Amino acid sequence: MAQAAAVAKPPKVPRRRTASPRRLPYLLIAPAGLLMLGFIAYPVISVFYYSLQNYNVTKPWRNGFAGFDNFSRIFTEDDHFWTTLGFSAQWVGVQVSLQLALGLALALIVNQSFIGRGISRAMVFSPWAVSGVLTSTIWILLYNSSTGFSRYLADAGIGDYGTSVLSDTGTVFWAATVAELWRGVPFFAILILADLQSVSKELYEAASVDGAGRMRQFLHITLPHLRDAIILATLLRGVWEFNNVDLLYTLTGGGPAGETTTLPLYVANTGIEGHDFGYASALTTVAFVILLFCSIVYLRLSKFGGDHK
Amino acid sequence: MTAALAEKHTGPAPQPVRNSPPPPARRGRGRERAFDDVPRWQIYVPLGIYLVFTLIPFYWMFLFAVRPAGSTSLVPWPMTGEHFSKVWNERSFAVFFQNSMIVGVATLFATTLVALAGGYALARFDFRIKNGFMLALLCSQFIPGALMLVPLFEIFKNLQMINSLGSVIIAETVFQLPLSIILISGFIKNVPMTLEEAAWVDGCSRFRAFCAVVLPLLRPGLIAVGSFAFVHSWNHFLFALMFLSEQDKQTIPVGLNTLIGADSVDLGALAAGGVIAAVPVVIVFAFIQKWLITGFSAGAVKG
Repeated sequence: MAQAAAVAKPPKVPRRRTASPRRLPYLLIAPAGLLMLGFIAYPVISVFYYSLQNYNVTKPWRNGFAGFDNFSRIFTEDDHFWTTLGFSAQWVGVQVSLQLALGLALALIVNQSFIGRGISRAMVFSPWAVSGVLTSTIWILLYNSSTGFSRYLADAGIGDYGTSVLSDTGTVFWAATVAELWRGVPFFAILILADLQSVSKELYEAASVDGAGRMRQFLHITLPHLRDAIILATLLRGVWEFNNVDLLYTLTGGGPAGETTTLPLYVANTGIEGHDFGYASALTTVAFVILLFCSIVYLRLSKFGGDHK
Repeated sequence: MTAALAEKHTGPAPQPVRNSPPPPARRGRGRERAFDDVPRWQIYVPLGIYLVFTLIPFYWMFLFAVRPAGSTSLVPWPMTGEHFSKVWNERSFAVFFQNSMIVGVATLFATTLVALAGGYALARFDFRIKNGFMLALLCSQFIPGALMLVPLFEIFKNLQMINSLGSVIIAETVFQLPLSIILISGFIKNVPMTLEEAAWVDGCSRFRAFCAVVLPLLRPGLIAVGSFAFVHSWNHFLFALMFLSEQDKQTIPVGLNTLIGADSVDLGALAAGGVIAAVPVVIVFAFIQKWLITGFSAGAVKG
């Protein structure tokens, strides 16, 4: 297999060290390159290809070249596309901004030296390791109306019995948001804490000698230092939150009444359950272009890697 | 500074972290590490609130998993193992657990080895398609794995790998690779080239020099990348859901999803399944979280 090839190749090369450096890098990236060509590039190309096709397993008689029909259907006829795109934007915006704010605060706190720091770090970061399905499992236990949290609150006279926040269109968004925050905040906290390790202590010393308070030190030293890390983390997380479906798929199933259906969830429903793979591919293509466009604009506007240091 | 000092006196007594003489100590400490002037309550109060938010969900799951069916007690006593034996035996979590372990460990080794080779090439060589390769790695981060399911399914069907754990291992490895390569090449760049060259001068081959000199220094980074791969493949469920339809091939997240989707959800069994799913990753995490932070700060790719 490919990984076996990766180990086997390097030892052969040094014998001809004078001639090899030209070919060695290609040999080294070959396993990764081939795997990515076969299992990422090829599927992507076939998605582009199918987006121009009518391809529906349940209506094989209509299969064939469709030109841009799928695309014009997206932009002119499909209301679901716009509502799910809107929900995706809302989901990503709320998740990324709240995760960043809480993650930054958390990282600053556990970067102090205090008693119990190691164990507190391990505990507050632990939801990072938890999957979307497991997060759903846990929050279903918390949210269910018969033995969940609300029952005990109702026992104590707060709220009423029989409300499940997951089946109420007014509360489901925030219920899902809290669940996703629970496992998302540690991602930011870990990345930011890692970057905080490299802030030079002398800068703080100099600042405090000059009489800068903690707030000013934070605004003028810490924040500029973290800038690139924050830009990169928000971008990666934004893309990830946009694409990831497992929490919403298992927690709300996109419901109630389609209230929490993101664009990828809609695409998955169209392609996998609706078997309309041509149309799903066109939706994927559009989603991909939107994502790429937004990322480039974001990197430009935020002047990533700029001369701020 | 004055504000910080004033706050410090109103707050609870700071923990005696260092032993320095009393009167100049305040200024000395402030100089050493300005942020240490934070009053203790400003650390412990928000941290305590956040810890409650983090831990209650875990506690809730544990509580449901160990209390007898029908109980509404908020204390996990008396304990019962009935839910565990039920999911482990009747709901085949024993099999799921084994499958998830195989996928997780195989993905860990495959990802680390392939990414090590690729990362070394990126860190130590200039070659013609290097920039193109880097760009491909970055672009692949924008590709939604969920939307590649249908074409991937067709590929694995053609390879006759549907219902074999190999399909999931390959898919997880491939989607884990780009980030792992970027991270590892960052770690390797941090190892001075002169160390390797010194070993060559001593007669080591490139491969032996790498194993003897570079590899030991990469340990924190490799632990971060490997644990990433393990945790990710342990947790990820769409590929397993799509490619493995036979029950004795499924993984833990798929098993959990089945429990969630059951007509009448058995909360005790669901909670016990959740605990089984959580234990390995939480243990891995507890061991690696220190390396994770050093690994990331060392691998920070800048410019």
